[in-house]
Amino acid sequence: MAVRRGRRLNTETSTAAVTAAFREEGGRVVATLIRLTGDWDLAEEGAQEALARALERWPRDGVPARPAAWLTTTARNHALTRLKRSATEAAKLRELAALAPTEPPQADPSGVPDDRLRLMFTCCHPALPLEGRVALTLRTLAGLTTAEIARAFLVSEATMAQRLVRTKRKIREAGIPYRVPPAHLLPERTAAVLGVLYLLFNEGYSAGARHTLCTEAIRLTRTLVLLQPDDPEIEGLLALLLLQHSRRDARLDADGDLVPLDEQDRTRWDRAAIDEGLALVDTALRRGAPGPYQLQAAIAALHVSAPSAADTDWPQIAALYGELATRVPSAVVKLNQAVAVAMADGPEAGLALVDAMADEPDGYHLLPATRADLLRRLGRHVEAAEEYRAALALAGTEAERRFLQRRLAETQ
Amino acid sequence: MQYLMLIYGTSHDESKPADGPADPATEAWVKEMDGRGVRLMGQRLRPASSATTVRVNDGEVLLTDGPFAETKEQILGFDLLECADLDEALEVAAKHPSAQRGPVEVRPLWPFGEDAG
Repeated sequence: MAVRRGRRLNTETSTAAVTAAFREEGGRVVATLIRLTGDWDLAEEGAQEALARALERWPRDGVPARPAAWLTTTARNHALTRLKRSATEAAKLRELAALAPTEPPQADPSGVPDDRLRLMFTCCHPALPLEGRVALTLRTLAGLTTAEIARAFLVSEATMAQRLVRTKRKIREAGIPYRVPPAHLLPERTAAVLGVLYLLFNEGYSAGARHTLCTEAIRLTRTLVLLQPDDPEIEGLLALLLLQHSRRDARLDADGDLVPLDEQDRTRWDRAAIDEGLALVDTALRRGAPGPYQLQAAIAALHVSAPSAADTDWPQIAALYGELATRVPSAVVKLNQAVAVAMADGPEAGLALVDAMADEPDGYHLLPATRADLLRRLGRHVEAAEEYRAALALAGTEAERRFLQRRLAETQ
Repeated sequence: MQYLMLIYGTSHDESKPADGPADPATEAWVKEMDGRGVRLMGQRLRPASSATTVRVNDGEVLLTDGPFAETKEQILGFDLLECADLDEALEVAAKHPSAQRGPVEVRPLWPFGEDAG
């Protein structure tokens, strides 16, 4: 945003500049207005109004020196006008009084938390339904429209609008506080925020083409690292997302089918994202408090650092999954551990671990898919084919199904 | 804000008198919350088998024996809380000894005179 006030821009450039500024700063504008008015709808409306004004004025007058401050002031003035118009009750007048300060609140040298942090913790409050947390985070912090969020989650716009309304209503009616939680709640609540960001990323990542969700998850996690520095798990999550995302161009082929790690063209991995991710893993682990996200990031780091699949440090990856499994004893983690052990010590050893998971709940396609892959590598094709069929019956996305079909064909 | 805390659990041990003293852990919780001023009132309830459900259909009163919902977990008692926000109400509820045995529902009261949102 290097353009100075007063310089004219052609409309096309300026629309892009306004939209970019809004993507960067819209979350801060909404967050500040919620704090000032306590009214989520009015805050969103004010932010939208500020965006509309910017689209009208900036092409004519140039982009202001401080776009965020301009947007916040404009949004606040709009909220003020709206409140004045409906200020017939004492309650509304009190809201007006709260809006009185003319200086826009700035990011705080004083240790007062950034409004975006308040907004993040409130949107991700564990008393809210999970899908509502994800939707509200995208709407208020990332500034996505309801239509965009609906498209990303493959539901109708009306359904998504309803979900957002319900989530905001619960915040208001249940008395969920708009704040950064006190110290004794912070670790638990930070974990809830990270959980939402991770889910957001995975939603975009597993769908392949929905990059918006991945980039927004990374951007929000980056913001969280800035706002709450020195937390190794937040750094760990950012590292993990960057390292996963670095493979985005290599993990799907021209038809949108999944390319397994050992078949990916490593020259198509994003070096800048890898370098940033590796540095973050180092910083985080040096703090000496490893957690689930750091362990996963460390595993991803070993993958992207290997010159080829064969030269991967599988014993180390197997050990890290073992460590992760003691903290997160989920089926996914145990399966990944089995795969790593198979790579380090042979398919037999991996298969033994998968067989030990016989008591895991049914309906999870990665279990038969992993068994199938290990059986195929042991040359037990008939059993492998049977497992591929079982996996196909359970697989979630089209890309996953096509991958399993291809493997099944190879065993026959 | 005011919250109603509903304590659920499997039916009272009917062999024990329901109006006997509460267990010491619950007594301690009541003492702490009364001291903090967050508990306005609260009471244990007689077993669900002592409940009677009332319905009025076209002016006719219909009575049925037992609670409205025949679920395994029934309301064992309630407390009315006055808390700063949901976080405080959740903390108070989590500290109740019954929360270790069954679910505790925390629900905001609809303030008098406030319109439907």
